[in-house]
Amino acid sequence: MPDIKDYVSIIGKEKIDDLCFLAEKLTDMSILNINSTAVGGGVAEILSRMVPLLRQLGVNAKWDVIKGDEKFFNITKKLHNALHGVDITITKDDFEYFIEVNRTNAEEMDLSSDIFFVHDPQPIALIDKKKKVKGKWAWRCHIDFTNPRREVIEFLKSYIRKYDSTIFSAPAFARKDIKVPQVLISPSIDPLSDKNKELPEETIDKVLEKFKIDRDRPIVTQISRFDYLKDPLGVIKVYKKVKKYIDCQLVLAGGGATDDPEGMQVLNEVRDAASNDKDIHIIFLPPGSDIEINAIQRASTVILQKSLKEGFGLTVAEALWKSKPVIASAVGGIPLQITHKYSGILTYSIDGTFHFLKELLNEPEYAKKLAKNGHEHAKNNFLITRHLREYLLLFLSLSHKEDIVYL
Amino acid sequence: MKNKPFHFYTQYYLVELLGIKARNPEELLKGIKKVPEPSIYYHTHKFLQQHLYLSPEPPNDFGYWTSSIINLKELGEAFTSIDTISFKNLEDLREEFIRILEEYIENKGYSVNCQCGQEFHFMSCKTFVFPTRFVAHDLKEFTKIIKKISINSLYLHIFEARLRKGIDGNDFSKWFKGLGKDKLADEIAKLDPYTITLEGLREKILRLVKKYA
Repeated sequence: MPDIKDYVSIIGKEKIDDLCFLAEKLTDMSILNINSTAVGGGVAEILSRMVPLLRQLGVNAKWDVIKGDEKFFNITKKLHNALHGVDITITKDDFEYFIEVNRTNAEEMDLSSDIFFVHDPQPIALIDKKKKVKGKWAWRCHIDFTNPRREVIEFLKSYIRKYDSTIFSAPAFARKDIKVPQVLISPSIDPLSDKNKELPEETIDKVLEKFKIDRDRPIVTQISRFDYLKDPLGVIKVYKKVKKYIDCQLVLAGGGATDDPEGMQVLNEVRDAASNDKDIHIIFLPPGSDIEINAIQRASTVILQKSLKEGFGLTVAEALWKSKPVIASAVGGIPLQITHKYSGILTYSIDGTFHFLKELLNEPEYAKKLAKNGHEHAKNNFLITRHLREYLLLFLSLSHKEDIVYL
Repeated sequence: MKNKPFHFYTQYYLVELLGIKARNPEELLKGIKKVPEPSIYYHTHKFLQQHLYLSPEPPNDFGYWTSSIINLKELGEAFTSIDTISFKNLEDLREEFIRILEEYIENKGYSVNCQCGQEFHFMSCKTFVFPTRFVAHDLKEFTKIIKKISINSLYLHIFEARLRKGIDGNDFSKWFKGLGKDKLADEIAKLDPYTITLEGLREKILRLVKKYA
């Protein structure tokens, strides 16, 4: 686990000093994070890095998880899918059981804190304890909230309205019918993690050698799990069009659960589409292949993220951080990460992606300029230190209603 | 000459989502009319801080969205050309956007909605201002410090001073004036920070201070 001081070399001493100043304003406050799992999943990953950093800064940050049985988590899975717009039936009994599990947790947990930071829908009903335990309550929604089923959003809204603040990851997730303050805090990447840290050239060479990728010719890469929504078949079509003009290679690398039948089906279709082209490298990576992903990204000439749908799309920030020119679809949180023709390229189709890919491969100086801007944008807006600062500001905002706060 | 030292402050935003979106110029106009003042500030200044490494354009979100997202180049250019520095307060700046939009809508008479997912989302911000460890007692110290302060601090003393505190010029020019460096103060006050990157601005300030020190 990195020390907060390790980030000085990346963002500068002044920004770390600013974090210390903000944290100092919170030293007499305790902050309790609550989610539904201690390991696995994006929220647990963020908290496992964020909570120790907050503590290093002197903030009394704590983390607790709610308990639930299989029935409860089946219901929360249904809620999750319904928030994504899936037509799924959630019965009255389901809602009642959900509330009951939250109520039991509220009784059993040590809810002594000044600020309660509740993550995602699973523990949302703990807010019913607010009157008794007092304190400020914020609800952090990590999931796409654009197209929820009506009965689920109505159910959640009955709890959201009791919070002091809500936090979303993208502007499109904000809702007009939520009356409590809605704050935008984007997710982040950790520049010191295995997936993003600097790598020695020998490590990159070794990984490329392992996958038989030629470093002397342009490498076009998409890192994503094998999923129709990431459009790997569209990426192959783009590559085949470009290949007629430029001798490049395509790397499609990513993981996915082997017990996910759709994932395996997509992988097989991708292999079929690649047919006998030796310059298409389809790499199915096991969990924990962070160094491999890092090395492939760093060796790439251009990185694509041609998703049809995307939550936030942090692979874009990873690529920008590595100073790579990126061409990505204008979906989900990607337009927050790329300003078209400034810090990368946003596209809407196979033809558009083909056009810009050819352009970037033919114009390395232009690609370099985009990559440089992209790196700065990622550095200023998508690193864990920015995320940390915004959490500190959020905690402070709970007791400051004014537009300009003088600390 | 004895003068008050210059205390460098810094600032950060917490971005607030208003849940209001626009799909076309009419909806954009409706939004601009009703959003709170900090929202106008956020959409006309966010780019400067988030994209501080870029060439001076694009200076505001409205201009970027209309020209690059809904492809209304003429309207986008009109927004982009707004001489932000000539406005002394945010309400006047809001009125200028309204005037341009109303004129455009009246002349065009029709509009098309943007693609789903490309809407303009109105946001606002809560600004947190706090002191840094830097204090300059004279121009020599100022020169040393200006090289070190974060871009957020530079931003605060240049931009916030004018539109939100109503200072003619900026915090630096005001202090230089107090030092009796009127020529330097005038030159610093004349800088148009909207047409230069923040790093470019830092260098320019440094050059001017050295010239008059």
